[in-house]
Amino acid sequence: MSHVLLGSYRPGTTLLHRIPAGPKLGLLAAFGVATVAVPGMWSALGFLIASIALVAWVRMPLRSTLRALRPFLLVVVAVTAFQVWQQGWSTAVHVVAGLLASVIAALVFTATTPVDSMLDAITRGLQPFRRLGVNPERVALAFSLVLRAIPGILEIAHETRAAAKGRGLERNPRALLVPMAIRTVARAYDTGAALHARGIGDD
Amino acid sequence: MPSTITLDEVTVSVSVPGGDLTLLKPTSLVLDQPRIALIGSNGSGKSTLARLINGLIEPTTGRVTVDGLDTVDDGAAVRRRVGFVFTNPDAQLVMPTCIEDIALSLRRSIKTKKTRLAMAQDVLDRIGLGEKADTTVHALSGGQKQMLALAGVLATDPAILVADEPTTLLDLRNTQLIADQLFGLDQQLILVTHDLDLAARCDRALVVDDAAIAFDGEPAEAIDHYRRLAGVP
Repeated sequence: MSHVLLGSYRPGTTLLHRIPAGPKLGLLAAFGVATVAVPGMWSALGFLIASIALVAWVRMPLRSTLRALRPFLLVVVAVTAFQVWQQGWSTAVHVVAGLLASVIAALVFTATTPVDSMLDAITRGLQPFRRLGVNPERVALAFSLVLRAIPGILEIAHETRAAAKGRGLERNPRALLVPMAIRTVARAYDTGAALHARGIGDD
Repeated sequence: MPSTITLDEVTVSVSVPGGDLTLLKPTSLVLDQPRIALIGSNGSGKSTLARLINGLIEPTTGRVTVDGLDTVDDGAAVRRRVGFVFTNPDAQLVMPTCIEDIALSLRRSIKTKKTRLAMAQDVLDRIGLGEKADTTVHALSGGQKQMLALAGVLATDPAILVADEPTTLLDLRNTQLIADQLFGLDQQLILVTHDLDLAARCDRALVVDDAAIAFDGEPAEAIDHYRRLAGVP
């Protein structure tokens, strides 16, 4: 399947696929910190190019990966406008390129890491916090639910848009946002019931 | 041998603006046949009754037990014995890929990742989705999703399976596939359904109407009773 869904795993044999989830999560965190900590517009652009190179390396289809990033366009435009207004072009490029580089790197991480491995890594990593009342299994499950929720919410958005269009209301924000919000909450409620029914979280 | 599900003077009600809404009137039952159908109109109380069995809904008054285990006090133990399949598999499939969703069910019982994934692959092979192991669940057809949801529940080997209208969203072919799977199980089956052909294949059928059991007995008689209630010849 060439279509890229945010958060979906794509099997492969590259080095990134083979690095265990824990160290890979550490590398992702370090990459994210570096995009903020290393100053200058050119360094941020370098991080962005590096993240795109990672996409090519793990053989994610570039065009559909960029298409999958379209929902971030609004954020990019808003952040750019704000930064240009407050700090000028150089800072705007630094912030936005760094932000995009981090998002793309996170996309590469989820595309090369099976969720089961991610759950194990998060569960192991959070064990020391158990004495503080943190339940590592539940935190790990919350991560995986977020990943699963992305395509689910996109599907609800498409269906809601089609329904509004069918009634000639595609330009009415209320006809789009209200049913989408209600259906998203209903889906979350149903998912909670399903988790409860499967006994997940009982232990 | 089937398990014994007991409802002892159980009622369910919820608070709504202006008072209480009764979802189930006082009901006492013993369910111990291998296959039991729950039929009735939309909103009659079938799903409430089904959800009581694995503790998804707690009784407002009275007590529900499964093989002596109280669904409120021993909730986790009850849910290990009672699997639940929902109408819409989209809500039930909580992991991104097929194999990961099955593996999630196995996490509690199998701690070794390698063994867990091997078992999950085995489950997928058995239901004919072996080649879809790494496919995102989002990309499956409705029938495949429902089959995967069913497999995710059966992977934990429950003694009882409660299926709440599992074929309602499916076409004829997929309804047949899921029905064959359900009726081929060793597990005790509690089937909430609008499909009267499926209800007729059960050992006992209950007609639920207006939040109460309107009929309890042989499926053929229950179906006649339901038709009369619905005013459909």
